[in-house]
Amino acid sequence: MKFKKQLADGVIYKNPVLVQLLGLCSMLAITTSISNAIGMGLAVTAVLTCSNLLISLLRKVIPEQIRIASFVVIISGFVTIVEMLIKAYLPDLNKSLGVFIPLIVVNCIILARAEAFASKNGPVASILDGITMGIGYTLALIVISAIRELLGNGTLAGVNIMGSSYKPMLIAILPAGGFIILGCLIAGMNKLLSMTGKKKKEPAHTGDTLVTEKKAKEGTENA
Amino acid sequence: MNGENKMLTVSASPHMKSWETSRVLMLDVIIAMVPALIWSVYAFGFRALSLTVISVASCVIFEFLTQKLLKRPVTVLDFSAAVTGVLIAFNLPASTPLWIPAIGAFFAIVIVKQLYGGIGKNIVNPALAARVFLFIAWPNEIKNFIAPSSEKLSAFSINVDAVATATPLASLKQGVTPDVKIFDMFLGNTPGCLGEVSALLLIIGGIYLLVRKVITWHIPVAFLGTVAVISYLFPLDKSVHAWEFMLMELLSGGLILGAIFMATDYVTSPVTKTGRIIYGVGCGLITVFIRYFGGYSEGVSFAILIMNLLVWYIDQVTRPRVFGIRKEKKKKEKEAA
Repeated sequence: MKFKKQLADGVIYKNPVLVQLLGLCSMLAITTSISNAIGMGLAVTAVLTCSNLLISLLRKVIPEQIRIASFVVIISGFVTIVEMLIKAYLPDLNKSLGVFIPLIVVNCIILARAEAFASKNGPVASILDGITMGIGYTLALIVISAIRELLGNGTLAGVNIMGSSYKPMLIAILPAGGFIILGCLIAGMNKLLSMTGKKKKEPAHTGDTLVTEKKAKEGTENA
Repeated sequence: MNGENKMLTVSASPHMKSWETSRVLMLDVIIAMVPALIWSVYAFGFRALSLTVISVASCVIFEFLTQKLLKRPVTVLDFSAAVTGVLIAFNLPASTPLWIPAIGAFFAIVIVKQLYGGIGKNIVNPALAARVFLFIAWPNEIKNFIAPSSEKLSAFSINVDAVATATPLASLKQGVTPDVKIFDMFLGNTPGCLGEVSALLLIIGGIYLLVRKVITWHIPVAFLGTVAVISYLFPLDKSVHAWEFMLMELLSGGLILGAIFMATDYVTSPVTKTGRIIYGVGCGLITVFIRYFGGYSEGVSFAILIMNLLVWYIDQVTRPRVFGIRKEKKKKEKEAA
């Protein structure tokens, strides 16, 4: 049950990209093709899950005052591992993602989940949180990159869909088009959430947040 | 609601009745654009007309469909969508494929106008946003500027092959003074977008709008004046007279079209007089900077879009003093002294 709730949170109600608006910079830069999006999504999911686990295990050892610095050290360790693995086994992906793999270190999603979830919950819940948030991130990336690749290049995952007479809409794979498409998707997501919220007659968030997370929220508010 | 109830409307003050509905204003704008439209048909053939018709029709249809879909009151009869349609077509060269204005209309009406709440709520001018969108999205389809009355393009085939000529603006960008007479540029005998070539007819339209009090002089004068002063003081090409270079800068590209018809859009321009002058000067400065130093040869559309985004701040800064209330700062200074 918990996993289902967490999955619904990660993919829909608290989608890291479309609802929490985290990690947008690298997202806008790499979503020009589906293969990039899948690669980036999996890399972030891997780092997120591993760092969530380690931070959750160390949460009682890490001093409160220097927790952010400790989180960053842990995260950058995992990012380095992922980067080396991609360099060794997927050189093409490494070439097309470029600098955005090392930049996962400063991706807000990972630090946000470490701070808001992993440092306050047990290891199993933290792993699940990493996986579900990673799935939500990857799905959002795939949707955005599918639209951008289809409009801007006429292809989906490298396969030509629109035919040879299609004139590609260049703006879709340029940064400006990324912003426009992201804006439209966020607007659609808001509309969707407000519609489901009305049906349930209660805000989607309050009922099904984990108790610990509620406490965490209160904690940050007090601080 | 109509008929006899109109006389008995209960509303908050001021209880003023005015003929200035959006419909009358928009009709005036359309009338003011007709001379330039006729010139474009004369100069570039009936393809200019078919582009305009497609653009206007798609704007009206998209407005109708989105308003139906979003369950809003249908306001296509206020003609604001038609004005947007004409302006989109005015910003395209005659050799543009016929499907391009339709997509521009979709972007202008659905994304820029209706998603932000419809007429009066868009933060940037829809026609300009569509122009910039189209020029970035399909640079290869919209690059062929043809000389007026050089060849008659088919009005109905979707794509046409045209012999491209450099616009005066493109030559100016490369630091070469274009080989055209200034009087020809004034009349509209130069290659360019449909509605931007004839300065004379655009100015006539602008004077009509001024006389009908649809627009005020502040924005166009501040806009054109700024461009004139800077290009007179710092001409790029030293081989011609400074005033000659200045006239070329003023008459080339979409400057006059933008200053008269697009920068003065009610929704996206400041309401105070001071604000309008600040806005016009800002448009002029950004236009010249992009023309001189930017990657694109034309800066008018970007300049107006950037200033559109600043309108809220300009209105805040230039908000007039309420009668009888002294400015807080001065009061405090006096108290301190």
